[in-house]
Amino acid sequence: MSALLETAGLAKAFGALKATDDVSLAVDAAEVHAIIGPNGAGKTTLIAQLTGELAPDRGTIRFDGHDITRLPAWRRTRLGLGRSFQITTLLPQMSALDNVAMAVQARSGSSFRFFGDARRDGSLRGPAAAFLERVGLAAVAHARCSDLSHGEHRQLELAVALALRPRLLLLDEPLAGMGQEDSAQMIALLRSLKREVPMLLVEHDMDAVFSLADRVSVLVYGRIIATGAPQAIRDDPAVREAYLGGQGD
Amino acid sequence: MLLLLEQLLNGLQYGVMLFLLAAGLTLVFGIMGVINLAHGSLFMVGAYAAAATAGRTGSFALAAIAALVASGVAGLAIEFLVIRRLYDRDHLDQVLATFGLLLFFNELMATLAGRTPLFMQPPAWLGGAVEIIPGVPYPTFRLAILATGLAVAGGLAFLIARTRLGMLIRAGATHRAIVGALGVDIRLLFTLVFALGALLAGLAGLMAAPILAVQVGMGEQILIATFVVVVIGGLGSVRGAFVGALLVGLVDTLARAFLPGLLKQVFAATTADALGAGLASAAIYLLMALVLVFRPRGLLPV
Amino acid sequence: MDARTPVAATEPARRRHVALLVLFLLLVALPAIAQGIGQPFLIATFTRFVIYAIAAVSLDLILGIGGLTSFGHAAWFGLGGYVVAIAAFHVQDGSTLLGWGGSTEALVVWPLAVVVTALVALPIGALSLRTSGIHFIMITLAFAQMLFYLFVSVKFYGGDDGLSMQRRNTLAGFDLRGATAFYYVCLACLVAWTALCAAIVRSRFGMVLSGCRQSERRLSALGYPVYRYKLVAFVLAAAGAALAGALWANAARFVSPDMLAWVKSGELMVMVILGGTGTLYGPIVGAFALLGVEQLLSGWTEHWMLILGPLLVLFVVFARRGLWGLVGGRS
Repeated sequence: MSALLETAGLAKAFGALKATDDVSLAVDAAEVHAIIGPNGAGKTTLIAQLTGELAPDRGTIRFDGHDITRLPAWRRTRLGLGRSFQITTLLPQMSALDNVAMAVQARSGSSFRFFGDARRDGSLRGPAAAFLERVGLAAVAHARCSDLSHGEHRQLELAVALALRPRLLLLDEPLAGMGQEDSAQMIALLRSLKREVPMLLVEHDMDAVFSLADRVSVLVYGRIIATGAPQAIRDDPAVREAYLGGQGD
Repeated sequence: MLLLLEQLLNGLQYGVMLFLLAAGLTLVFGIMGVINLAHGSLFMVGAYAAAATAGRTGSFALAAIAALVASGVAGLAIEFLVIRRLYDRDHLDQVLATFGLLLFFNELMATLAGRTPLFMQPPAWLGGAVEIIPGVPYPTFRLAILATGLAVAGGLAFLIARTRLGMLIRAGATHRAIVGALGVDIRLLFTLVFALGALLAGLAGLMAAPILAVQVGMGEQILIATFVVVVIGGLGSVRGAFVGALLVGLVDTLARAFLPGLLKQVFAATTADALGAGLASAAIYLLMALVLVFRPRGLLPV
Repeated sequence: MDARTPVAATEPARRRHVALLVLFLLLVALPAIAQGIGQPFLIATFTRFVIYAIAAVSLDLILGIGGLTSFGHAAWFGLGGYVVAIAAFHVQDGSTLLGWGGSTEALVVWPLAVVVTALVALPIGALSLRTSGIHFIMITLAFAQMLFYLFVSVKFYGGDDGLSMQRRNTLAGFDLRGATAFYYVCLACLVAWTALCAAIVRSRFGMVLSGCRQSERRLSALGYPVYRYKLVAFVLAAAGAALAGALWANAARFVSPDMLAWVKSGELMVMVILGGTGTLYGPIVGAFALLGVEQLLSGWTEHWMLILGPLLVLFVVFARRGLWGLVGGRS
C-alpha cells in the first residue's frame, strides 16, 4: 500500500545550515505518525515545506498520488492536506464559530458570493457548530476568539482543521504551552480522532507521542535517524543518545 | 555626445541629492519602523532657510549654517512631538500623522514666506563653470554638489561600518527589539538617527536652493522620488539607497532629456513632446514597478 | 456561564442603527433645511461632501475591510471623472475618439466610467497585489503617479489646466442642472453604493476579505486563493471611486490631473481613518467631518491648514477608534 504522504530526498539549506538534510518520510493512510526531535532539529522547516510555505531546495513531496512539491499552500489544502498551527493564527476578531465556519465555507462551493448573510447561513453554521461540539467548545461558540484561553485556542485550531475534512491532518505541536489537565484532555480528543483521520504529529510532549503514535520518526540536525514503533524508538540507543540523553523522558 | 555627458553628470548630481534624502528616510524606516511623509518638509525648511539667509546676508557660509540648524531643529521638534508616538503604530497611522505634518509645514512656510518662489545664487567661489573635458564646461556648483554628496556617502559608509553608532544602526536595522534588550538607550539612538536624517535633508535643501525654485510644495515632489529610491534600494538599506538614488537620478534625467527626442523619430512633433514628457515623468515609477516585480524586497535589501 | 463578550453585542448596534437613521434623514432633509435658513448654496456644498463620501466608502472596502493600504485610490476617482469629461468634450468638440462621438447621457457615461476604470484597475491591481505591506503602499502610489503624469501630458484633454464640461450630463433625458435634483441623484448613489458594500461585507466574499486582513496565512491554509479575493476587492473599490469621480465631473463641471494626485489619495485615507476604518459608515462621517472642517476653517483664515495639520496629527496619535467609534464601536 503506497503511502498517503511521502517525501523523497527533501533538502533545504539556509546558507551553511542544513535545516532539512535528505529527508525521506512516509505516512500511511491509517496511521498516526509522530515526528520528534530536539530543539533546532528542523521540525518547523520540515512542516513549512510540507504545507507549502517554504520551497525545498531539492527533493519531492507526494500526497495522495499527486506531486505537490511546487503547489502553493492553498492548493494543498484543497487536495486534502489539512494543518493546525503551532503559533495560533486564528482570526482574532471573529467568534469561535466564525472561525470554524470559514473552514466549512472553504469546502462548500464558491466564496465569490457577494450577497446573502454568511453569518446566518445555516449550511455553514450547522456543521461549524458540530465541529465545535466535537472538540468540546460548544459553550464558547459566540465568544470573540481573542478572548479565549490558550487551551481553548488549541482546541479551536483542531476544530478548524477538522472542518476542512482533511485526508491527512498535519498537527504542529498541538499541545504547545498547555498545562497538565488541558494536555490530558487534548490527548484524549486526539485519540478519539485516530480512526477518523490519519495524522502527522510534530510534538515535544512524550506522553502524547507515545500514547498516540503508531510510528515515530526522529529528526536530528535535519536528518531522520530512526523510524519505527514507539517502543522500538524508545529503546533505540542512537535515539537515546541523540535525543533522550540516555535517561528517557 | 557632449549633451549625453552633461546629462549623465546632471543625473548623478540629482542622484546624490536624492541619496542625501533617501539615506535619512531609509534609516528612519529601517531602524524605527516609521514612514515619515514630512521628510520632504525638512528638505524644504533647509532650502528656505538657506535662500532667506543668503538673500539677507549674501553669505553662503551663513546660509549653510542656517539650513542645517533650521532642519536640525525642525527635525528634533517633530521627533519629540510626533514621531516618538508613532513607533508602535501601524504604517497607516504613521502615513496619516506625518501627512498632517506635511500639510502643516507647507502652510507654515506659505505663511512665513509667501507663495512666490525664492531664488538663490550659488556663491561666487562656486559660480561659473569648469571644463571637465576641454571644450565641455559644466557648472561648478553642480560639480560641488556631486563632490559633497559623494563625500557624505563615504562618510556615512564609514560611520556605519566603523563606528559604534554605525554598529547600532546596522543591528537596529535588522533586529530592533534586540538592540533595546542589549541595554542601549533606544530613545537616544532613535533621536540621533532622526536628527541625522534631518541634517542630511537640510544639506540637500541647501544644495537644491541655488538650482531649484524654493517654494511651497518642493518637498512633495522630491519626496515621492525619494520614496521610489528607498523602495528600489531596499527599506532600511543605506547601500541600497545609494545605488537606488544614482539609478533613479540617471533614469529620470536621461529620460527627460532624451525621450521626447527619441519619440520624435516615430511620432509627430507635438505628440512626441507631450508623450515624451509624460513618459519621462513616469519613468522612475515604471522602474520601481519593474524592480518590485523581480526583486520584491529591493535591489540591496538589508 | 461564560461572561465573555459575544461578537455582536446589541446595545452599540442599536445606537449605530439610530445614528444611521438620523444621518440619513438629515441628508434627505438637507435641501429643505438649506432653503429654510436662507443658505441654498449649502446644497452644492453638501453635494460635494456626498460625492467624496462615496469615494471614501469605496476605499474603506479595501483599506478597512481588506486591510490593503492603497495610496493610489485617487487615481480611480480621477479616471472616472476624466471618462465623463472626455465623453462630453467630444460631443462639444465634434471630434471622435476611436470612432465614437462621445455622449452626455449619464446612463451611458457613468457606467462607462466605472467599467473603464475597473479595466484599468485590473492589471494594476494584479501587479500591485504581488507585493504587500509598505511595498504595496508604494507601488499603488507609483501607479497613481503614472496615471497622474499621463493626464498632465495629454494636452489634447487639457493637460495641467484640466478639462471643463459645458453642462452636466442628462439622466435618462432629464437635465441635472438644478442643485437639488443633482443633490438627490448623488445621495441616491451614496445610499446605493453603501448598501451594496454593506451586503458585500456580510456575504461569504466579505468574510474572506475580512479574514485576509486578520490573517492571510490562515486563509491560505484554509484553502482560499487569497490573491484572487484581494484582486476582486481592489477592482470593486476602484469602481466605486470611479462613480464618485463621474459625479464629481458633473458637480464641478471640471476635471484636472489633481484629482489623481497622491495628496488627494492621502485626503481619502484621512477621511476613512477619521471616520473609522472598517466601519463603512464611518468614512461617510469622516468625509463630512474633514470637508466640513476645511470649509469652516477656510472661512476664518486663509491659513486654515495650520490648524488642520496638527489636528490631524493629534487625532491619529490619540484617537484610535474614529468618529463612528464614538457612536457604537466597530460594526
